[in-house]
Amino acid sequence: MYVAVKGGERAIENAHAWLAEERRGNTDIAELSIAQIREQLSLAVNRVMAEGSLYDPDLAALAIKQARGDLIEAIFLIRAYRTTLPRFGASEPVDTGIMACDRRISATFKDLPGGQVLGPTFDYTHRLLDFKLAADGEVPKAPSRDAETGTVPHVTEFLNREGLIEEAPHDDTPPPDLTREPLEMPADRALRLQALTRADEGFTLGLAYSTQRGYGRNHAFVGELRIGSVPVEMDIPELGFAVEIGEVILTECETVNQFTGSKTKPPQFTRGYGLVFGQTERKAISMALVDRALRWEELGEDNVGAPAQDAEFVLYHADNIQATGFLEHIKLPHYVDFQSELELVRKLRREAGALQVQEAAE
Amino acid sequence: MGLLAKAPEGRVAALLDAEISRPAFTWLRAPEIGSTMVRARAGATGAPFNLGEMTITRCALTLETGEVGHSYIQGRSKADAEVAALVDALMQTAMASRLRETVLEPLEAGMATMKAARAAKAAATKVDFFTMTRGED
Repeated sequence: MYVAVKGGERAIENAHAWLAEERRGNTDIAELSIAQIREQLSLAVNRVMAEGSLYDPDLAALAIKQARGDLIEAIFLIRAYRTTLPRFGASEPVDTGIMACDRRISATFKDLPGGQVLGPTFDYTHRLLDFKLAADGEVPKAPSRDAETGTVPHVTEFLNREGLIEEAPHDDTPPPDLTREPLEMPADRALRLQALTRADEGFTLGLAYSTQRGYGRNHAFVGELRIGSVPVEMDIPELGFAVEIGEVILTECETVNQFTGSKTKPPQFTRGYGLVFGQTERKAISMALVDRALRWEELGEDNVGAPAQDAEFVLYHADNIQATGFLEHIKLPHYVDFQSELELVRKLRREAGALQVQEAAE
Repeated sequence: MGLLAKAPEGRVAALLDAEISRPAFTWLRAPEIGSTMVRARAGATGAPFNLGEMTITRCALTLETGEVGHSYIQGRSKADAEVAALVDALMQTAMASRLRETVLEPLEAGMATMKAARAAKAAATKVDFFTMTRGED
């Protein structure tokens, strides 16, 4: 029997009104603008774009404001909005080789063409709270220096020349799309990369860390990490050719991993790949490590039973919107379900009691 | 079209309106907000995969003199899509060279300046390694 329960409307409306008031906080304090969030909390904006899987800094900033800074809630808002947009097509694959790099470092080669460019990084800060930021302070202007023109080659290109690293041969297989078809196993690498680039940062980081600690170890070096903007081109049907339709900032990480060779492959370095919207370097490095761990089968490695090698485990639990949706639904009314559980336990207890009485009599 | 697609919000309108008063046109497709799936390649050069979507706005219009203008621009500004399509159509008229000088070139120069400023800041963070001489010989 299904019993509809009504009567929550007024409570819900009032809860929403109070939520709006709490979101605003103390009205003596100036209200945050979307532009302030976009410009000054840009790494939060980047995370929301990456995991919301929609590149639009203003929308991500709005979502953060609406979600009171709860980034998973903000990602949820972006995902929901994304589903309302008609899709005009797919871009040509972006060329990260022509990236205008804000940052580009390699942990494997000190002197490399293009050099080690640190960019706006936290890496060498002392992680001491800066109380100057608590006061309104002028920001000193960042120094400039004459820049070299031309593109910065990928690090893997040098290793490729010696045949020491596996190639990523050109291929134009149309990729599967998990926003159109449900994610099913086995998942090829294109599908895994799509799932990983929008996966929860914390979950991906934890899995990547587990491979470093020994659960499916593959000993990764950061061959290259680059952050910068790349143009996006799309074929325009009305025109019959591809034009630039915009520009996105991406973080790309290529790992170089130990590989002793297998029956079919000589000893050479292998690669893991991470590419994420925005300046999101922790996520991109994590993605590259997990991508590499998931490639055990195609590289002929042993499955040692590590969580990061288990594609089904990784991909079905990496999406924080799916995870939070299922997790949080258990706090919503389950009165009828619970009523039947209650009946069942009472019945079992009655039966157990009757059995005991019977045994005692015997 | 690439320049118009990447222009900062409101910039094209400011440049165009400072130069001419907008001609009449009719919509072939009124401005429409949607998305494009951005693709990338595994290992930068391998098989393509879907990276995520970006918002875009498109429209198409025709001038009274018959020229058709299209625009596909990043973001959700219908006003910017309209002016981009208008410039695209006007670039097929006798006004082309005038608009190249007064709209497209300043737009390009402005964006090149912004890019150069970022590249110069990045260059200032490039590491200049030097080797310390050790006093052991």
